[in-house]
Amino acid sequence: MRQAALQRVEAEFMVKDRPDFHVGDNVDIGVRIMEGDKERTQVFTGVVLGRRGGGLTETFTVRRIVASEGVERTFPLHAPSIAFIRVIRSGKVRRAKLTYLRKRTGKATRLEEERREVVPGEGAPAETAEA
Amino acid sequence: MPAILGKKIGMTNVFDGQGRQVCVTVIEAGPCQVLQVKSVDTDGYNAVQLGFAEKPVRLVTKPLAGHFKKSGATAKRFIREYRTDDTAKYQPGAQVTVVEFEGVDLVDVIGVSKGRGFAGVMKRHHFGGQPASHGTERKHRSSGGIGEGAGIPGRAVRLGKRMSGHMGHERRTIERIKLVKIDAEANLLVVRGSVPGPNGAYVLVRNARKVGVPKQK
Repeated sequence: MRQAALQRVEAEFMVKDRPDFHVGDNVDIGVRIMEGDKERTQVFTGVVLGRRGGGLTETFTVRRIVASEGVERTFPLHAPSIAFIRVIRSGKVRRAKLTYLRKRTGKATRLEEERREVVPGEGAPAETAEA
Repeated sequence: MPAILGKKIGMTNVFDGQGRQVCVTVIEAGPCQVLQVKSVDTDGYNAVQLGFAEKPVRLVTKPLAGHFKKSGATAKRFIREYRTDDTAKYQPGAQVTVVEFEGVDLVDVIGVSKGRGFAGVMKRHHFGGQPASHGTERKHRSSGGIGEGAGIPGRAVRLGKRMSGHMGHERRTIERIKLVKIDAEANLLVVRGSVPGPNGAYVLVRNARKVGVPKQK
């Protein structure tokens, strides 16, 4: 009963068509950005370091290298500002959190690819112009 | 000026109109029953007494049973009254639901805070404690001196001194928090931010008493 009430409140805000992505996957995240009164989508590409939380409060962290500097962004999974999540490549990992990637650079950050059937989420365009 | 009794269910997040994540508390509020309507003539002040959460008849004491019977209501666990001069629309035995909060923006939530037991001064009053080293022994979390004890006056004068002791489990009012959502079907109120007490605690929600520009965005 207790959980049911919370789920009921959360249900309204949940995004149902998020793809099934895993830790270690390389993903494109389409982030909606407001510039003045215009909206555009910026793509943040990187590897998923981890997911935490459940229900509407679930978040995930994506790490990428920008100008030889590591950048990590944590997104709420159900944030309305995420236009799409696209899995590019699935990594074979044996950890739930890939914090060890932070210490590595260059070739050492590569992850072995795992062939997995990827269920693309709706609203994830196969081809999107890089913003 | 609506008020209602409820149970704190728990906290979660929702997204507001701008896509920002907002932390909220879900309160299962009502349906309550009016147990008594007090008036200046009979009681010296105007108030409405509400009851919430069914209680098995075997647990009801005889004096309370008579009280419930008088209003025509079933036995309730949680009984609170709130003062209002606008008592005309309340009849003993009538139902009060979250629908009354339609159009309300800010509410006050009154509850009993989580009990912390016998707490030391660092937790209770945010004292700094004593140094970790430089000769400090077994006194890392104590307060400093609390005043002269020997000589004149020959006893420690420490009226009002902040010391360790029981913390929490006190009635607390969170004023002017935003009412985010009303779910009449499931009897839920969703308010922004936190609310006193553990999950499952009973609370009173009322229209905010104070007016003016809210602190919250």
